[in-house]
Amino acid sequence: MAAKSTSLFNRAIARRAIAESFKKLDPRIQFRNPVMFVVYIGSILTSGLFIQALFGHGEASPGFILAISLWLWFTVIFANFAEAMAEGRGKAQADTLRRARRDTMATKLAEARRDATAETVSATTLRKGDFILVEAGGIIPADGEVIEGVASVDESAITGESAPVIRESGGDRSSVTGGTRVLSDWLVICVGCNPGETFLDRMIAMVEGAKRRKTPNEIALNILLAKLTIIFLLATVTLLPFSIYAVHATGHGAPISVTVLVALLVCLIPTTIGGLLSAIGIAGMDRMIQKNVIATSGRAVEAAGNVDVLLLDKTGTITLGNRQAVNFIAAEGVTVEQLADAAQLSSIADETPEGRSIAVLAKERYQLRERQLSSLQAQFIPFTAQTRMSGVDIVGHNIRKGAADAIAAYVSELGGDFSSSIRAAVDEISRRGGTPLAVADGMKVLGVIELKDIVKGGIKERFAELRRMGIKTVMITGDNPLTAAAIAAEAGVDDFLAEATPETKLKLIREYQQGGRLVAMTGDGTNDAPALAQADVAVAMNSGTQAAKEAGNMVDLDSNPTKLIEVIETGKQLLMTRGSLTTFSVANDVSKYFAIIPAIFAGIYPAMGRLNIMHLATPQSAIMSAVIFNALIIIVLVPLALRGVKYKPMPAGKLLLQNVLLYGVGGLIVPFIGIKLIDMALVAMHLA
Amino acid sequence: MPAIAWIQMLVFLLVLMALVKPLGAFMARVYEGRPCGLNKPLGWLERLTYRAAGVKPNQPMSWKTYALALLLFNALGGLVVYSLQRLQGSLPLNPEHLGAVPPYLALNTAISFISNTNWQSYNGETTLSYLTQMLGLTVQNFVSAATGMAVLVALIRGIRGKQADNIGNFWVDLVRSTLYILLPLSFILALILVSQGVVQTLSPYKTVALLQPVSYVQSTTNAAGQTINKTVWVKQQVLPLGPAASQIAIKQLGTNGGGFFGVNSAHPFENPNALSNLLEMLAILLIPAALCYTFGCMVGDTRQGWAILATMMIIFVPLMVGCVWAEHAGNPTIAASGVNQTPSALMSGGNMEGKETRFGVTDSAIWASATTAASNGSVNSMLDSYTPLGGLVPMWLMELGEVIFGGVGSGLYGMLMFVIVAVFIAGLMVGRTPEYMGKKIEAFEMKMATICVLVPPALVLASAAIACVTVMGTSALGNPGEHGFSEILYWASSTGNNNGSAFAGLSTNTPFYNLVGGVVMWISRYFLIIPTLALAGALARKKRVPISSGTLPTHDVLFTCWLVATVVLIGALTFLPALASGPIVEYLHLWR
Repeated sequence: MAAKSTSLFNRAIARRAIAESFKKLDPRIQFRNPVMFVVYIGSILTSGLFIQALFGHGEASPGFILAISLWLWFTVIFANFAEAMAEGRGKAQADTLRRARRDTMATKLAEARRDATAETVSATTLRKGDFILVEAGGIIPADGEVIEGVASVDESAITGESAPVIRESGGDRSSVTGGTRVLSDWLVICVGCNPGETFLDRMIAMVEGAKRRKTPNEIALNILLAKLTIIFLLATVTLLPFSIYAVHATGHGAPISVTVLVALLVCLIPTTIGGLLSAIGIAGMDRMIQKNVIATSGRAVEAAGNVDVLLLDKTGTITLGNRQAVNFIAAEGVTVEQLADAAQLSSIADETPEGRSIAVLAKERYQLRERQLSSLQAQFIPFTAQTRMSGVDIVGHNIRKGAADAIAAYVSELGGDFSSSIRAAVDEISRRGGTPLAVADGMKVLGVIELKDIVKGGIKERFAELRRMGIKTVMITGDNPLTAAAIAAEAGVDDFLAEATPETKLKLIREYQQGGRLVAMTGDGTNDAPALAQADVAVAMNSGTQAAKEAGNMVDLDSNPTKLIEVIETGKQLLMTRGSLTTFSVANDVSKYFAIIPAIFAGIYPAMGRLNIMHLATPQSAIMSAVIFNALIIIVLVPLALRGVKYKPMPAGKLLLQNVLLYGVGGLIVPFIGIKLIDMALVAMHLA
Repeated sequence: MPAIAWIQMLVFLLVLMALVKPLGAFMARVYEGRPCGLNKPLGWLERLTYRAAGVKPNQPMSWKTYALALLLFNALGGLVVYSLQRLQGSLPLNPEHLGAVPPYLALNTAISFISNTNWQSYNGETTLSYLTQMLGLTVQNFVSAATGMAVLVALIRGIRGKQADNIGNFWVDLVRSTLYILLPLSFILALILVSQGVVQTLSPYKTVALLQPVSYVQSTTNAAGQTINKTVWVKQQVLPLGPAASQIAIKQLGTNGGGFFGVNSAHPFENPNALSNLLEMLAILLIPAALCYTFGCMVGDTRQGWAILATMMIIFVPLMVGCVWAEHAGNPTIAASGVNQTPSALMSGGNMEGKETRFGVTDSAIWASATTAASNGSVNSMLDSYTPLGGLVPMWLMELGEVIFGGVGSGLYGMLMFVIVAVFIAGLMVGRTPEYMGKKIEAFEMKMATICVLVPPALVLASAAIACVTVMGTSALGNPGEHGFSEILYWASSTGNNNGSAFAGLSTNTPFYNLVGGVVMWISRYFLIIPTLALAGALARKKRVPISSGTLPTHDVLFTCWLVATVVLIGALTFLPALASGPIVEYLHLWR
């Protein structure tokens, strides 16, 4: 993203958030959050009681009611602030994106040809299916598919990546995004969507959180929080009749005042998690955006945490894009040098990465310098799909290299013979996961070159990490099963799908889903689209086709297939933050009872003072301290809510133990200290 | 606390634990329709019942059909019990010629027995005919217990189901629970109890001469306004009798608890000696404990069952020890007046007020803990006379939602609701959509589980609040002050959790208490059963997610502790204010 504001508390965002926190006091907004709505009503109620007290009919001193009322309002505002902070970061990013959505003019073509009749129209009038021409320097006015031309495109407005990318018709690099700029050449584009539905529009909506809907987990958690609120509401409301009974029974003291009951209620209901819940959700989406992944819904982010099967394309994800020559195996009666020499000759004109790697290996291992094709008066035979061979003809030599069976056919046609030792070498290489390339000079087979997939460094450790998280990795490859098995073993994946086609991919995903598993995958090609649509978490590469992006529920702007792992971690972190803060919030209640129960019964049952184990100064200071702690803890935890709790891959049991100790046991102890400190501060300020 | 107290507790717990596995495995066989050993002698009766009732045993039901069958059956049962009480005067087997039971009391008793609460507003020997006891109460003792077990089995089927649309057949579960489990066990227990002196007869009450006549002074005022004191000698006593043993066996086994006689198991004809006491205590916890193992068997992972049983034991044992300890510690006010409360060769010591000398402090306190942990509610001592902390234990055990053993079936399905809440929070903490036994816990499951967790405390608090500020409520109190509040809170906790245990001291046979109590018991039973069955239906439809190392284990020590914390914390946070103004402040006042 153009503006990657990574600092948590950007001053401008904070300022905007403070203003927003007051705007969010609108009851229609408050109503959406049941827990905070109770606090909101409590604030209004105590404000009313304060006014009543001012006129001399109050149930307690106006000062005390005012203090409680103010801190209840602060509790609401702090929760609003947390949400506004989370939204603020998204809004800042949306503003940057919006700058890319300038109203541009477009050259609309009558037909899908560059030389068709053209008219200049406003980009906003373009509809799906229109054809447009964009030339060097022009801004692409809408999302679409390239149907003619090749051009370099600057996509930094969307991806933040300054290096231009190539976009061309056909293949997997045919999709273009509105708001990006053509740097050279020209493109004829078929517009893929109507105004307002472009990728940029969707992205702005996503980062702004405008269309944010509650995710399934959030709904379930909200139900739990609402029910807890009802339980505590009953526990506090019934204290009034209980205290009326106690006053009758003992003959002294007064029933508990409404102000104090509201204070107790607000302390008990899970305001910490209730206040931070939506901030956590928004921040989770935001963290995805920081990682340059745009999720189309919060649901997708949450689902990422649940993934248990990961489908990964071999090429580009598990292995480096290209195979490399690693070995020469000479036939009987041929020296390795002879083979290397022939192989190098045949590869001089071969500009493919595989060809280059053969020349490099020959040079490195056998000190064979590369020769110029022109000085040898050689004739290069290019690779064709029919012959499946390439080579070079020099005077007296017809060197060919290619797939083993192609070369076998070639030499037998000339009357030669593919010896059994060569055959064995070919099989051996296949079994090891390599690709054998046979080399022949005329009818004589010289030997075999071993090409190998190079597994990316560190990927094996990454997969081991995933296994610890309980996620199964499956490699998808077009290779034959033998080769696939060898690479799978080397990379440390749990399973593989060899000779994969779009159909087998789709079938595999369905099978896993039938078994109750959640499947994640990445893809970029149009032929990935059905599988992407079927997968539960589907990350499309931004460099991929429009179809792939439409089918996925996330787009990775960096087009980095290993990003999926980070996506999963972010999803898990989101859920963990919610769970941990819920635990913390409920655990906090124990200390609040110890602060408030002795205080509210002080007048009726003085003996209850023995439960004041924190030795809080006065009943009023005890209640105030608990209320203040309850409000301040929201602000203290805002950074945690925005950043998310720390996550390290480990088995679920260990993770639970760690979080229970930290947020459960911590949640029991921390408020005892906090409330005592606030009480001491109140005493020091002569407010007790 | 004397060493013998520890030994008594240990023996009780060891025998109980030894019985869990055999009975649990047997029950799993019964519910899965596998051979259980009783198919030959009783199978014909099962088939005959189905044929007579027109039930197709192989026809599974959706949760809605299951719930409807259950509700209809229970409603019909309630109607029968109510009618029997109202019409008993003109029905046979009424040797004492007892008249119709008043409507409010009859209503309360009917709901009390169909809901497996068995709250006793009535006084058995002076209110109910033999026919009402046998045909009304005893029958409901069986089928209300079987209803609870059926709901549990339906929930288990939901948990283990694989995208199924049904949760079993209510009639089959009901018949099997009664025929293969409750009847044989009751039969054995009743015979043993009879051998120990529990009565079982249809003959009328007997009048016997007292071995030691007693006298009391009767004061009357004559026409001149003078007080005349007259010494009255009592030489005879009426001994109530009846078919008690058969009802007491199922009363304990089915966590019913409604006594044949008014003083329940403190009566020598219900519970004559230490052996009958031990057997009855075991019978109280036997089926709820063994059902944990049944659960483990039926979901295909016995560790899951053991983990839940461990959770129950971790909460139960310290509370039981606490109760026994508190009662052994005695009462400082009594000690201050010079009464010796220390145990010696001649007496058990401790707080003996309201306890039977046959049982002493230890067996009374173990009983009180067991009967409130399970939703049994039978008593062998007067809880009103317990020390504040000794009385707090049974009260809080009920307020935990009757999930520490709890009622037969209902205790475990209640506990499973807590498991779902615990799994939900713990699942979030490990970063996955929470799942239990491979079933994802989502919004609907959460809604149903939290309703089950919420309803009982809501009923308890609301009914206690109403009772303690209305004259109708407070006029029934036997004691003033905070102890009076404890009496009200105990009544509310008992009815609101379908326990039926009475603190005594509160005269609840009034229209107010009968009506409020009846409504509370009804809501607490059926507004938990319906969401539980709905949950079973929802779980049954779900796919089962395979287990990986990312799955939260629900059978290990950590999860067990987490579940304990969840149950205890919810129970404590909900009731701390109420308990503070009752037993806690009473304790603070007694121990200055």
